[in-house]
Amino acid sequence: MTRKDPSGGLIISPIKNGTVIDHITAGEALNVLRFLGITGSTRECLSIATNVESKRMGTKDIVKVENRELCTEEVDRIALLAPHAKINIIRDYKVVEKMGVEIPEILRGVVRCPNPGCITNTNEPVASAFEVLDKGLHCLYCDWLIKDNIANHII
Amino acid sequence: MYHIISIRDFERNDLDYLLDRAGEFDTGKYQPGMLDNKLVALLFFEPSTRTRMSFATAMARLGGKSISVDSVEASSIVKGETLADTIRVISSYVDAIVLRHPKEGAARLASEFSSVPVINAGDGAGQHPSQTLLDLYTIRQSMPVDGINVGLLGDLRYGRTAHSLALALSLYGVTLHTIAPKGLEMPASITLELRERGMEVIEHPNVEEAVKELDVLYVTRIQRERFPDSASYYNVASSYRITTDLLDGVNDHLMILHPLPRAGEIDPAVDCTPYARYFEQARNGVPVRMALLHEVMK
Ligand SMILES: Nc1ncnc2c1ncn2[C@@H]1O[C@H](COP(=O)(O)OP(=O)(O)OP(=O)(O)O)[C@@H](O)[C@H]1O
Ligand SMILES: [Mg+2]
Ligand SMILES: [Zn+2]
Repeated sequence: MTRKDPSGGLIISPIKNGTVIDHITAGEALNVLRFLGITGSTRECLSIATNVESKRMGTKDIVKVENRELCTEEVDRIALLAPHAKINIIRDYKVVEKMGVEIPEILRGVVRCPNPGCITNTNEPVASAFEVLDKGLHCLYCDWLIKDNIANHII
Repeated sequence: MYHIISIRDFERNDLDYLLDRAGEFDTGKYQPGMLDNKLVALLFFEPSTRTRMSFATAMARLGGKSISVDSVEASSIVKGETLADTIRVISSYVDAIVLRHPKEGAARLASEFSSVPVINAGDGAGQHPSQTLLDLYTIRQSMPVDGINVGLLGDLRYGRTAHSLALALSLYGVTLHTIAPKGLEMPASITLELRERGMEVIEHPNVEEAVKELDVLYVTRIQRERFPDSASYYNVASSYRITTDLLDGVNDHLMILHPLPRAGEIDPAVDCTPYARYFEQARNGVPVRMALLHEVMK
């Protein structure tokens, strides 16, 4: 069921409790989900709308995750893909909290180091760790720099 | 806890302090029993004679003891065991760990699981900070490091000693001259980082063009494995070889360094010129490592 809401946005079946990630850079919704570790094999009940019209952004993507409230650490990862995203926490159909996303200083366990010789690509019990710099993601273990499309390196 | 993992973790002051300390150890200004009752584990997952022996020597000179595991034994200790577990266990036996490992970032990981200080003695193509310190120490014995011209020659792509030395020198306002065979040039990401740190980096097509400007020429090994066949290796290796002819008209105070072991990069005839300083450099491994061991365990 979809309908236009009065503000011109598109609401895909309202959710009772959960998280709405709004104002995602158009086309990045699926990568945002991968960044959050939400895949086809996890249990979340999801609605995804891509390339919907937005007054502010031209077009945007929206993701709604039912029965899961994302924490700050999770939402900040999103900033790398969708710096203008807005996180809305929904309780009993109402937006009870709204937050922007901030690029994190360190990104842990989200992307894989492209360096085959890096210790994080072995069976050691550590997550990858990258320092987020203007020029890219810098591996804190082997000093590799990911400059290109970050989404290609999501674990 | 004080770990020594990467030259990137050091500020200029830290380096100068350690080099000053090394100078004191070098000139005998220390008490021989400073590390009495201390035990270090030399964990070498990759072969190395020089680095391992100089750490063992440094420890013994300070009155401490070392237990040592070479690459063959190391690989059987850890059959199926993670480095993290090995480090957790061994750090419960000793007062410090010196680690050489084939994977980049291994020393950083070890420092996260160790209950004692970890000194990185080389992690794959990554960092080898004690080598860099002894390189700096050797330069500083002859001249102030500030503002000099240093040439890096050889395999600048895979040569870890060249990368970390360049990073350290960028803290001293040094002008860097790079001379590397095609395909073995300094990775762009490192050159960028050096320039961001304010370093002037000049690339040269051959040794002849650069050598007369230099105060220090740092030569690294060009490995046969990097080439598709022997012919192309010999071709390149011979055109980058340092000979006495090449040294005609260089600065009187030029010092030629090499982390050793060398293959054919420096003609043995160069050994008896005043420029050859690589054996002295190797000897400096001991006081520099004394300073590091003492610093982490004092
Ligand atoms: N119960 C709900 N179920 C599903 N989506 C909801 C629910 N409540 C709000 N939303 C969606 O969450 C987003 C934020 O809602 P809000 O009412 O704050 O809209 P807004 O005023 O347009 O906010 P913004 O300025 O962030 O765009 C909108 O996309 C809205 O459609
Ligand atoms: Mg809106
Ligand atoms: Zn890495």
